[in-house]
Amino acid sequence: MPEVPSGAAGAPSGRMEESGGIPKSVKSSRGIAQPTPMETIQPIAGENEQHPDVALVERVRAGDVSAYDELVRKYERQVFRIAQRITQNREDAEDVTQDAFVKGFEKLDQFQGNSKFYTWLVRIAVNESLMRLRKRRSGRMVSIDEDVQTDEGSVPRDLADWAPDPEQNYSQAELHKILEKTIKGLPPGFRVVFELRDVQGLSTEETAEALGLSIPAVKSRLLRARLQLRERLTRYFKRRRAAAQKAGTDGGKG
Amino acid sequence: MAGRGREMTCTEFLSLLDDLIDGSAAEQMRADLQQHLKDCEHCEVTLNTTRKTIEIYRSNQIYDMPQGLRERLHAAIMARCKKGC
Repeated sequence: MPEVPSGAAGAPSGRMEESGGIPKSVKSSRGIAQPTPMETIQPIAGENEQHPDVALVERVRAGDVSAYDELVRKYERQVFRIAQRITQNREDAEDVTQDAFVKGFEKLDQFQGNSKFYTWLVRIAVNESLMRLRKRRSGRMVSIDEDVQTDEGSVPRDLADWAPDPEQNYSQAELHKILEKTIKGLPPGFRVVFELRDVQGLSTEETAEALGLSIPAVKSRLLRARLQLRERLTRYFKRRRAAAQKAGTDGGKG
Repeated sequence: MAGRGREMTCTEFLSLLDDLIDGSAAEQMRADLQQHLKDCEHCEVTLNTTRKTIEIYRSNQIYDMPQGLRERLHAAIMARCKKGC
């Protein structure tokens, strides 16, 4: 599998379609916002419509820095999340976010518009994140393919069904901690694919483009990431359910 | 309907799980998947809990930036960009 090139600030190859997009409902989600039904993940712009970022990029190229300010405002949270997902370190994620946007600004003339600006930016952020990881690991090469050769979770083992809304048994802080811990156990290449596809709503093609992976590689990682997360969450929810039942039984006895 | 002689195995179902979740399965494939679900409680549980997993992560975005951090980062980025002009 290809490693994401370290100098990926250049224009991506342009095999993705122009129709993908980040759903507004996902972009604006904060805290325990309304879940976005999967069917609503739809492109913002049709194939023949110009993506609104194109005009902003043109303005930046013409010397209007305030247009870049708009792009930063629009995507800084998502870029930060990707950096967090890969580095698992808040300070690194802050540095990566800064560096990715500054690099994007400096290399904007290399962006050819074959892909969406955000996909291009994600590619820069992913490479900055991997470089940061490399630094932390004393120069050892880090690739998005690392540790993906695992069979764990490929076959569901824990088939216990969940209560209708298992998350209601936890405070928001508790649930965040569980979700964080659960996804942390996945290889970086799974975490970032899940983040881009399922949380940020990028298409398979855009995710492949942003990560420099083939479409089958993205699909395979996504399936395994989903199944591994499901398996791990099942264990958490089952434990809580058993504890609640035990408490109920003990309470009944007393 | 599956109705084509051979029934889908759980392994086959699992390999196509994403197509069902993402709505990208073709009509016949979708019918075969649904047919398998009718008779397989395990796969139904796997499908439902996998869907729920995605929903939970989507609706609880862990790394939403605190406003203070966002402003600080934003200012730093723009200062560096303007300096470069």
